[in-house]
Amino acid sequence: MSVTGNEQRLIEFANVSKFYGEGEAEVRALDGVSFTVDDGEFVAVMGSSGSGKSTSMNILGCLDAPTGGNYFFRGVDVGTLTRNQRALLRRHYLGFVFQGFNLLKRTSALSNVELPMVYRRTSARKRRKTALAALDAVGLSDRVHHSSSELSGGQQQRVAIARAIATEPALLLADEPTGNLDSERSHEIMQLLRRLNEEEGITILLVTHEEDMASYAKRQIVFKDGHITSDTFSGGGSR
Amino acid sequence: MFFSTVFIAMREIRANLMRSILTTLGIIIGVGAVIIVVSLGNGATQQVQNDLSELGNNLLALVPGDQNQGSANRLVQMFTEDDVDAIREQVPSVLMVAPVLTQVVMAVNGNENYGSSVRGTTNDYFAIRNLDVVRGRTFTAGELRSGRPVCVIGETVRRELFGVQDPVGAEIRLSANSEVNCEVIGLLEEKGADTFGNDQDDFMVAPLAMVQRRLAGNRDVTLVFMNAVSDEAREDAIEGVTQLMRERRRVRDDQDSDFFIQDLKEVQAQIAQVTGIMTIFVSAIAGISLLVGGIGVMNIMLVSVTERTREIGIRLAIGAQEMDVLIQFLVEAILLSIMGGIIGVAVGVGVSYLAAGALGFPFLVSQEAVIIAVVFSGIIGIAFGFFPAFRAARLDPIEALRYE
Ligand SMILES: Nc1ncnc2c1ncn2[C@@H]1O[C@H](COP(=O)(O)OP(=O)(O)OP(=O)(O)O)[C@@H](O)[C@H]1O
Ligand SMILES: [Mg+2]
Repeated sequence: MSVTGNEQRLIEFANVSKFYGEGEAEVRALDGVSFTVDDGEFVAVMGSSGSGKSTSMNILGCLDAPTGGNYFFRGVDVGTLTRNQRALLRRHYLGFVFQGFNLLKRTSALSNVELPMVYRRTSARKRRKTALAALDAVGLSDRVHHSSSELSGGQQQRVAIARAIATEPALLLADEPTGNLDSERSHEIMQLLRRLNEEEGITILLVTHEEDMASYAKRQIVFKDGHITSDTFSGGGSR
Repeated sequence: MFFSTVFIAMREIRANLMRSILTTLGIIIGVGAVIIVVSLGNGATQQVQNDLSELGNNLLALVPGDQNQGSANRLVQMFTEDDVDAIREQVPSVLMVAPVLTQVVMAVNGNENYGSSVRGTTNDYFAIRNLDVVRGRTFTAGELRSGRPVCVIGETVRRELFGVQDPVGAEIRLSANSEVNCEVIGLLEEKGADTFGNDQDDFMVAPLAMVQRRLAGNRDVTLVFMNAVSDEAREDAIEGVTQLMRERRRVRDDQDSDFFIQDLKEVQAQIAQVTGIMTIFVSAIAGISLLVGGIGVMNIMLVSVTERTREIGIRLAIGAQEMDVLIQFLVEAILLSIMGGIIGVAVGVGVSYLAAGALGFPFLVSQEAVIIAVVFSGIIGIAFGFFPAFRAARLDPIEALRYE
């Protein structure tokens, strides 16, 4: 599958909203959000808990559909794609670091990282090589054969990051990827992400609560109650 | 991709091994039953065929009395040697004829004695019944005519009377209504037991005239063995002999015959029919068992899909298409079923082996039955695994990821 359109514009949210429940119990997780992200950007998404960050990440990841508005990926309206086309979009263009990791439990770190490449029909040899390199990049070379349930929270988080970056996706969506890491590890991961952004041209959207993590990004978007309240360019990479 | 799918499926089955085996119990029983029935059916048929060809080719037996009462009725009129001559001369579709008069006797050799029976007959008897004399000889024309007391003995009689001694040339005493000393001139080849466990080596053969005069004290022929000139001539031979005997025994046209002719081919056909009915019956049970097994597989796969909802969500989220998930669960269901099928084959073959040994049948496992059973259990896996696999594939990724 190939998605073509505006060369520059990778994603566009046009008046996207997501409502949960009905009547009295209605929750407006996203309420008419619009923004665009170009190829090669590194964006930090911030905002208080429950402000709609994960909700927008799920929509961006083609996992969830908006209640209203449109989401364009490379100019293609994702809402018009079939289930299988969305699966192929995820397979070939997206990397996702979930807030809750979402690793296969009884499966080794290595197999977890290899899994997206299994669906990409990458050869076993290349899969292994790439997965080992990704695990090395997140500092887990010594844990590759441990099953994910045998790993600490921070280690699981790093496996999830390795899984998302191993395929070098066009768009990396990372929902609080450093939430479970100490500050030293967090900075290492952020430096890795910045290198991927600068050297490999991977576009990154990263959710974080921490100002100094957000400062690695060139642009900061702040959510509040389902709206974007600020969208600023910091010039990029304050460190 | 294919190997990793199979590998993952095997790991899932192994992770819940006990549950997996219990799930496939229906398939195990169904497949096992099919294998046992087909194997034993083949063995029994083979055994009966062996027995019948041992008895002699195109063998017909002329028996006095009503077909339903048999010769147990004491009042029935026996045959005569003239009847035998008439059949030999007047029915062209009959090849050989051997009159038989059987007499129960006590046989004595020195201190050993043994109760058996002696069949008075002619040399044609050996040919018609496929009996080989392994030591010594058959009767001379003179012995047959004069009724000289000589006999050919079966292996069981030899063992009981002679042990390790050489029987040929020895003299034994036979006693029934009267007594006679009889020279053993030959030993029959051992035949063993037949399908029904009857000892086929427990008798002696002597000239008809000798048994009539020296032991029975009458001139009866109790049974006539014949063989038709060919397989196709059996009908002709039965009809010819029936007509001739009705005339000779003066059976009126409106009366039933006071004798009947047994055709061993028919016995064989009847046994085959019984085996066929048994096979259909057990196959029906096996079919139901396989159906139950299939439902078991479907049930456990549905449980498995529910338990692994999150896993499915993760797979869908990182790039699996519906087809990938469908195939994954289908492969698991197929492997589960085939595993049941293979265990069923092993159980079936094992039980057949033991049963064949116990029943004295030849142990014949039908290769086709094994292949069909395994393939069929695979098909059950596909049929009953499809619905759970389809359900897994259709899960919504975000819902599946939120599933606790
Ligand atoms: N499945 C759901 N059903 C109902 N309400 C939901 C659901 N998912 C999210 N919400 C609501 O939508 C709002 C936004 O949730 P979201 O997960 O996007 O927050 P967030 O910004 O990621 O917060 P956090 O920083 O705590 O992760 C919240 O008020 C939440 O209660
Ligand atoms: Mg969140």
